[in-house]
Amino acid sequence: MIYLELFWTFFKIGVFTFGGGYAMLPLIQSEVLSKGWLTSQELINFIAVSESTPGAFAINIATYIGSQTGGIFGSFCATAGVVLPSFIIILIVAKFFEKFKKSKTIEGMMNGLRPCAVGLIGAAVISLGKEVFFSKGFTFSLFKDYFFLCTLAIFALSLFLAFFKIKKKKIHPILIIVISAVLGIATGYINELI
Amino acid sequence: MEKKKIGLLFELFFTFFKLGAFTFGGGYAMLPLMQREIVEKHSWLKDDEILDILAVSQSTPGPLAVNMATFVGYKTAGFSGSFFATLGLVIPSFVVILLISTVLTHFQDYKVVKYAFNGIRAGVLALITKSFFTMAKQCPKEIFSYLVLAVSFAVSVIWGANALVIIASCAVVGLVFSIIQRKRGKAQ
Repeated sequence: MIYLELFWTFFKIGVFTFGGGYAMLPLIQSEVLSKGWLTSQELINFIAVSESTPGAFAINIATYIGSQTGGIFGSFCATAGVVLPSFIIILIVAKFFEKFKKSKTIEGMMNGLRPCAVGLIGAAVISLGKEVFFSKGFTFSLFKDYFFLCTLAIFALSLFLAFFKIKKKKIHPILIIVISAVLGIATGYINELI
Repeated sequence: MEKKKIGLLFELFFTFFKLGAFTFGGGYAMLPLMQREIVEKHSWLKDDEILDILAVSQSTPGPLAVNMATFVGYKTAGFSGSFFATLGLVIPSFVVILLISTVLTHFQDYKVVKYAFNGIRAGVLALITKSFFTMAKQCPKEIFSYLVLAVSFAVSVIWGANALVIIASCAVVGLVFSIIQRKRGKAQ
């Protein structure tokens, strides 16, 4: 049954996510893409939507995939699934807070989990990068391809902007998404003209 | 239930509803606003308690934002507090995304939207790349963590191993390593 599957999949994802932001991305890739609920391209598109709408990525993506696969009730099941593990675990932890803070076991596990999260995000960059640049496969003629070169230029500019600071203030991700959208539209229509 | 408690629960719900509705990007982005609402405005918790909660939320499973909402709710008003805080956090996202997901499928076929997303995908890839570098910088500067980072990266890229398995193994490896280190410390 799809509702149960949505709930269970996102429950698992909730249990294995540590930290915020994109920490969940590798899990979405291995648990959701394989089920055919979403393509890699759709996932990247949705990351942009999630960055530009309020709320945590985890809740946003669960709601979205749930609604795409099982309507409103589907999105309810997926969201409940992703929230429930946190909820239960935090309630337990809050009761034994002092013990938890000093726990050598947790500290030890975090020694492995922290770098692991970074490594997996790195791997996600590689696999999403393949999707963005080489979705039609890799050939050397790509380096003469108009769209490939434009995509590369937009990526380079966005990366520069992401690291760039004006008077110690970072450029907001939404602004970077807007700029890349405008450049994408320009790229498309210029291609039609020539 | 007393009137006072109901009032408190409503305030918790509403505060986290605001946090859910007005922060973009989740957990870390939520911190400054949360600190202002919970410490300064309502004085439910103190500054160092928020830092404690952040530290614990980072080392327990689940999305950071949900962990913090549950924790703050529990500390402020017990179980029902954690329930209403979390509900408040989730509802804005849930409603907004439900609306968008119907619109999005509708608009995806427009040429201009397709072109826009072609550009956006490159931009999003840049954002994730940036987040990778930021996270790597925050990693403990020890050979052990570089090793774990490199191995989980390689295992995922080369063999396409399941993320659940990699994460679970890294937790075990980290635990074993810390036990060995402690034993060695005692022996010396």
